Amino acid sequence: MKHLFTAIILLTALIIPLPEVYSFCGFYVAKADTKLFNQASQVVIVRQADKMVLTMANDFQGDPKEFAVVIPVPTFIEKGQIHIGDKTLIDHLDAYTAPRLVEYYDENPCSPYRMYDIAPSAALKSEAAPQRAKKDGHGVTVEAEYTVGEYDIVILSATQSDGLETWLTENGYRIPQGATAVLESYIKQKVHFFVAKVNLTEQVKLGFKYLRPIQVAYESPKFMLPIRLGTINSNGHQELFIYTLTSTGRVETTNYRTVKLPSDKELPVYVKDQFADFYRALFDQQVQAENMKTVFLEYAWDMSWCDPCAADPFSPKELRDLGVFWLDNAETSQPPSPRWGGGGGPAPAVFVTRLHVRYTADKFPQDLVFQETADRTNFQGRYILRHPWTGEDSCAEAKEYRKSLPERHRQEAQELASLTGWDIDKIRQQMNLPLGDEKSSPNNSWWQKLWRK
Amino acid sequence: MVFRDPRDYQMISLSSLLIYGIGWLNFEINVLSCLTIITSALLTQYYCTRFFLPSPLDIKSPLISSLSLCLLLRSNSLWLMSLTAVITILSKFTLRWRGKHIFNPTNFGLVAMMLLTDHIWVSPGQWGSTAIFAFFLISLGSLVIYRASRTDVTVAFLLFYSMILFGRAAWLGDPWQIPWHQLQNGGLLLFAFFMISDPKTTPDSRVGRIFLALLVAMGAGVVHFVLFRNNGLLWSLAFFSLFVPVFSKELTTFKKLPTLTPNLRS
Repeated sequence: MKHLFTAIILLTALIIPLPEVYSFCGFYVAKADTKLFNQASQVVIVRQADKMVLTMANDFQGDPKEFAVVIPVPTFIEKGQIHIGDKTLIDHLDAYTAPRLVEYYDENPCSPYRMYDIAPSAALKSEAAPQRAKKDGHGVTVEAEYTVGEYDIVILSATQSDGLETWLTENGYRIPQGATAVLESYIKQKVHFFVAKVNLTEQVKLGFKYLRPIQVAYESPKFMLPIRLGTINSNGHQELFIYTLTSTGRVETTNYRTVKLPSDKELPVYVKDQFADFYRALFDQQVQAENMKTVFLEYAWDMSWCDPCAADPFSPKELRDLGVFWLDNAETSQPPSPRWGGGGGPAPAVFVTRLHVRYTADKFPQDLVFQETADRTNFQGRYILRHPWTGEDSCAEAKEYRKSLPERHRQEAQELASLTGWDIDKIRQQMNLPLGDEKSSPNNSWWQKLWRK
Repeated sequence: MVFRDPRDYQMISLSSLLIYGIGWLNFEINVLSCLTIITSALLTQYYCTRFFLPSPLDIKSPLISSLSLCLLLRSNSLWLMSLTAVITILSKFTLRWRGKHIFNPTNFGLVAMMLLTDHIWVSPGQWGSTAIFAFFLISLGSLVIYRASRTDVTVAFLLFYSMILFGRAAWLGDPWQIPWHQLQNGGLLLFAFFMISDPKTTPDSRVGRIFLALLVAMGAGVVHFVLFRNNGLLWSLAFFSLFVPVFSKELTTFKKLPTLTPNLRS
């Protein structure tokens, strides 16, 4: 458990570039005059047919009384549709789907049968009764007010954006500049607004030191995520991780390209200690190459097995807690065995997709629209370290093997440089390889290789 | 370079797009899948012209249909890809009205399979919105259209659909970036230049074609913005194709083509 916890911490540290404030697709409306930024968020979407459970994890690090969020939702939300989730489940999902390093140790070339599998490195490791339809002045209707867990939640509908703004301001929320137009667009699309802030008394009573994720279950044909509000008060780009749990297959965006992160690349072994830096640099490089116009696929896998498993597999109960509503007998079933499923009970029919998007209002003008495809091809961001064999046997194969190593290391260095944009000479230095382009070295020219004995 | 048959342009354009899609855009389709689709389509065409409606074998039409399928159809199952190709070609021989096809074959194949099974899908977002690519696509497509004398339906459709997107943005107060981003979509252009323009399914009169373009654009808008479903263009075209014989003013003078001609278009 301790290890899992450490892995989760490491993982979080790695994939989230420690934003000052952590937000979902809504925007924070500070109650005091604090400078707030939105930079990264994690969202879990569980969906089958038109039924959807949305979990929004916020890693808000400021004073809880300054936390407030406004999220457009497609339907009216009753109190029973709101639930407070468990943050560790999202951390678990994060660890489970994160890009991973795998290590292989070369076998003795003198005794064939090589390459056995390696140990996977852990990734980077109630309340007020609803008062329906209370008309307010400014064309704003307070549809309902609830206290759920440590949150005070108001469901609003509005007919005028300035009315909504006035309402929010009068009720102590600070609206970022530029919100009016976006709010107006949502109002005309007849969405409801889910407004949540922390109820400090409840929070003290419950004793949680952090804000737990809010889960909302609803039914709507709209399979989308509103991101437009989140770009209003953001400083620079934002980072969003979307995990979808579905029953048919991989999820992709329909209004932006979804691109797989480069995977199955062999890297120099020293990357083991710098995997977090590597992944960040790799992602930066990919975003740049795609001109920040795409959504990246980092993981797509049938949850009944994993190989390698970057974290413990999910038990049906955990999946149910995340919102997977189509699993039966959740309490009695055991987690599937790692690798090939089937260890305990029926494998849960859940397919997980992890999407990672870095966006600005400019490059991502529209909200994200998704579709579930029938694609059940497994994909993971997987990076390989191959430790050379260091034995001293001197059979012909061993000689050949040793001769091939410099070329392999050269390729690993180039792979790393092209994936991350890091300086090739620095990489070579770390690998103790000769500096400069080896290709130009006379010993490595093609004719040398051709007639080399 | 002058081609005698406009379908040659079409085949070259579609093949180039496919190569671009597989080579540069990482389309979720491989060479084996493409070969399966193409072979199934050609075999079905051969079977139909040999045993069902005896006529000279035309390979351009099934090639065009199958190239379009390669661009649009996605599935994990080769068997389902093959079946889609078979249904696509069969629809040309069975779903006919006075010598014309009721549905664009590729459109029918995709829609029928989406209704029949959950195991195929179309990825409308995978073309991205790179403007240069859009221009490239337009120029390729215009060649085909120009030669096929069906420019009006494409232009009308793009105009109506743009009006819907920009009109919606104006009503919502959204920035123009949004409709512009929606328009810069390879899938949309592919549809406008290669599918809705099919002379074998569009009305023969210009008024009829423009009316069809309007209906299809409105239908697609309803699918996307009222029903909130994907692939609105495909659903809308398939639906309104059913009514083409009804609203076409040329109902009685539908150009009577021989049952099958070597110039049969996809």
